Amino acid sequence: MNIDGVNNGIVLDHIKAGKAIQIYELLGLDKIDSCVAVIQNATSTKYGKKDIIKIDEKIELDLDVLGYVDNNITVNIVKDGELHKKVHLELPETLTNVVKCKNPRCITSVEQEIVHTFKLVDKERKAYRCIYCDAEHIAK
Amino acid sequence: MNEIRNLINITDFTVEEIDELIRVADDIVENHSAYEDICAHKKLGTLFFEPSTRTRLSFEAAMLELGGSVLGFSEAGSSSAAKGESVSDTIRTVGCYVDIIAMRHPKEGAPIVGAQRTTVPIINAGDGGHFHPTQTLTDLLTIKRKKGRLDNMTVGLCGDLKFGRTVHSLIEAMLRYENIKFVLISPQELQVPEYVKEKMDAAGAEWVEVESLDEAMPELDILYMTRVQRERFFNEEDYIRLKDSYILNLEKLENAKKDLTIMHPLPRVNEISVEVDDDPRACYFFQALCGKHIRMALILFLLGIKRA
Repeated sequence: MNIDGVNNGIVLDHIKAGKAIQIYELLGLDKIDSCVAVIQNATSTKYGKKDIIKIDEKIELDLDVLGYVDNNITVNIVKDGELHKKVHLELPETLTNVVKCKNPRCITSVEQEIVHTFKLVDKERKAYRCIYCDAEHIAK
Repeated sequence: MNEIRNLINITDFTVEEIDELIRVADDIVENHSAYEDICAHKKLGTLFFEPSTRTRLSFEAAMLELGGSVLGFSEAGSSSAAKGESVSDTIRTVGCYVDIIAMRHPKEGAPIVGAQRTTVPIINAGDGGHFHPTQTLTDLLTIKRKKGRLDNMTVGLCGDLKFGRTVHSLIEAMLRYENIKFVLISPQELQVPEYVKEKMDAAGAEWVEVESLDEAMPELDILYMTRVQRERFFNEEDYIRLKDSYILNLEKLENAKKDLTIMHPLPRVNEISVEVDDDPRACYFFQALCGKHIRMALILFLLGIKRA
């Protein structure tokens, strides 16, 4: 299957197979006017199968959200048809309004308009803690 | 302008700052008259969204003894929280009327939200099962006054170590002193949460979990008893099954050190028999007195007021 290359925009490569739609929604790609291609189950020498998203526009990406969802994703910035920059993601140190605290005793469970914030405490386990109640959240 | 300081968690203060609070608390006892009007025209707001006797009254007594005044509420039902007002709005409003706020709330992290919404210092007077830093300051002052030191000792913590916020805060505070061993005495269902264990490991502290109070007793320098709190349980059956697990009486104390310090944040239910009250090792009412002295020192510190 052939999909046209991106001229000026972004290619999200090495997305774990099956996660492209989740990322498409998280990044709000349904709200932009430019051409967006979502490729599922492409052949990957590294992972066997992978998903790819091609965006034919240089938009601002929330790298923290991307890093949290799948830090193996490679972000390729394309300029004039050439690879301009390659960004490797890491687990973000802070998650802001990405996930909600599930502790029923946490103040975030009753107080409206609170910014849900988690801090990374253990990279290996992908463990985060709520800054309000210290409840643990493991990124999947 | 100086940065506003809050006390949300005991680790908001350095060991040196805690030493200074202890020094001022002792000075308050020695030179009481020098502090009588030191907070004149200052107001403390005591916002207790959850009932309390000792903590609220000791805060109020502390401010009154410093010559200041106090306003606030002692239960959520008598505040606008009953009408559905948010913590954010309540704190933002009260911050317009007072110079410093002590707040207790059943939800964990509520004082952090409070501190984000006001420019007056916030003192966490207990947030659910999470932290209770002024009890910890009270405990540290008690230990210092009884033992003359805060390092090199074996501290036994007994009872509800899962929901007991005083326990979590005390462990976190004592991790910063040299050579403290923790003996965690509780039924399996009420062991300390994982994040507290992570902190002990990260600090390289020695700790053991045991189920028997009798076995642990001989090695302890401090025995910190806690109440099994009914309000922290989701069901009554679990509460009734576990509440009498650890009751301290004179018989159990036969194996204890002669200079053991027995502490309890109070109120007790039946976990310390009344017969223990007259034993010279029982320090829990002395501890309640220490609570007033350290809160006086804390109010002065956060308001930036020093004795002339």
